[in-house]
Amino acid sequence: MKRFLGFIKKEFYHIFRDKRSMFILFGMPIAQIMLFGFAITNEINNVNIAILDKSKDSETQKIINKISASKYFHIEQTINSESQIQSIFEKGKVKAVVIFENNFSKNLQTARQGKVQIITDATDPNIANTITNYTNAILQNYIQEVNKTNVQTYAIDTQTQLYYNPELKGVFTFVPGVMTVILMLVSAMMTSISITREKELGTMEVLLVSPLNPLQVILGKVFPYVFLSIINATVIVLLGVFVFGMPIQGSLFLLAAESILFIITALSLGILISNIAQTQQTAMMMSLMGLMLPVIILSGFIFPISSMPLPLQIISNIIPAKWFIIIIKAIMLKGASIDIIWKETLILIGMTLFFILLSIKKYKIRLE
Amino acid sequence: MDQEKIITVKNLSKKFGDFIAVNDISFDVYKGEIFGFLGANGAGKTTAMKMLIGISKPTSGEALVANFDVKSQAEMVKKSIGYMSQRFSMYDDLTIKENITFFGGIYGLSRNQIKEKTTKLVTELGLEDALNKLVGDLPLGWKQKLSFSVALLHEPKIVFLDEPTGGVDPITRRQFWEMIYAEAHKGTTIFVTTHYMDEAEYCDRVSIMVEGKIEALDSPKNLKQQYNVASMNEVFLKLARNIE
Repeated sequence: MKRFLGFIKKEFYHIFRDKRSMFILFGMPIAQIMLFGFAITNEINNVNIAILDKSKDSETQKIINKISASKYFHIEQTINSESQIQSIFEKGKVKAVVIFENNFSKNLQTARQGKVQIITDATDPNIANTITNYTNAILQNYIQEVNKTNVQTYAIDTQTQLYYNPELKGVFTFVPGVMTVILMLVSAMMTSISITREKELGTMEVLLVSPLNPLQVILGKVFPYVFLSIINATVIVLLGVFVFGMPIQGSLFLLAAESILFIITALSLGILISNIAQTQQTAMMMSLMGLMLPVIILSGFIFPISSMPLPLQIISNIIPAKWFIIIIKAIMLKGASIDIIWKETLILIGMTLFFILLSIKKYKIRLE
Repeated sequence: MDQEKIITVKNLSKKFGDFIAVNDISFDVYKGEIFGFLGANGAGKTTAMKMLIGISKPTSGEALVANFDVKSQAEMVKKSIGYMSQRFSMYDDLTIKENITFFGGIYGLSRNQIKEKTTKLVTELGLEDALNKLVGDLPLGWKQKLSFSVALLHEPKIVFLDEPTGGVDPITRRQFWEMIYAEAHKGTTIFVTTHYMDEAEYCDRVSIMVEGKIEALDSPKNLKQQYNVASMNEVFLKLARNIE
């Protein structure tokens, strides 16, 4: 035990004396959270829109008032004909035009259906999409209100309801996402680099010749990163909660336990990489290309898995990060307990065991 | 030589697939001697040494190091030996003191022992003022001497030195060999691999490996007589040519 503590102390010296490690460990999580939180966002606020009201009746006025009252939109101007649309889009200030058909109110009562057209400037597809969704939401909301008071109900084409994240806040996706990316980065990349570093310097050989057994060497190398990863996860959750108002509906204990499980998964991947790679460079490339890219692209962090082509959807299943994101979203947003996420948890445990067994096998081959 | 055997190697072989790296070698090393283990690159000397220090398993044959079997008692072997690799084997980003504390610690020395050893070691090497300096800032010659002293921290019965003087200037090499002599005089067995044939002259006995086999094993003096040449370099060249 004393040997082990000495080993860990040495490992912390390495980490604290290396500026690059310190930056990745403590600078990156905060920088990423801030970046995703403030810069990269799908939310819209005070978007300038124009209204083309061909009907000009009391119902359209109610809807317009509703739109103008929301904080998402600002009615920049009212236009009189479709021919103006092109020119106001070209000026760039107005991002969307909401058009009410002729006799909107009348159609609503007779045909029980009123038509509203939303034209958006899709040069920025994300914003265009969000504007459409928000406008839709306002219209649906209006129809619901009307139906409450009317005996004779109007038809509703679609019903949109936004559970768990009614304001469609980006923060709810990126806090779990950033946490996953950072834990992967710190645990897998940093450990694989730190182990290959010893191989490169020749000190690994000296350690293997010492009475320390290989397992102690690996555990000694890995332990500091478990500790630092836990700190990182805590910092990210705290920032998410206190800076961005991310809720934690479920149990903190479960969140912590699942995070530690994922840290171990990532560490076992790091160990596996360090068994294959001989140099720090290779270890870093393998971690970045083999782990980071899939985590960012295929885990559902940025791009929804359900809209991927089938082969990619299937591949996404072997990415541990996908399961972890499902787990922490369920805990934080839905307040899920273990009986809801046991399947995902088992998958993560299974993957971890697989990576550890594979590492042990590889390690033996290397010692032969 | 009528001395106590400290390393006994019998019919030791190591195969990697079809390639035979070490082919049925047998030799003994006696307590307190400086044993030179020579061979060209790829002759198998590093592989043979790795089996003796317990980090590579023999395909067949057996070896006893400090009376422990390298196959079944690798842990005991590791406790009884010191090792210094050809690549400088300390941590550049740790100070001299931290390095000594770390390596003393993994060999199970107590805090007091480490303190004592540290003082003794830096006094002998004249590094008192550099105790809290990072090892990376030291000149290579000093690093190597320090590395050797650290390999001896736990007072091993045998020290394995894998090309310890690579890239060091002749004066430092000379000083390094003086340290080796002093240690051997205390009864520690020195097992050293080297490329430098002039260093082979300093050994009590040398073995020369060619293509996985030990082709010659005797004192430098006897070997020179046997091959009728003036230097170990010529002995080495003659042996290597014969094989070709």
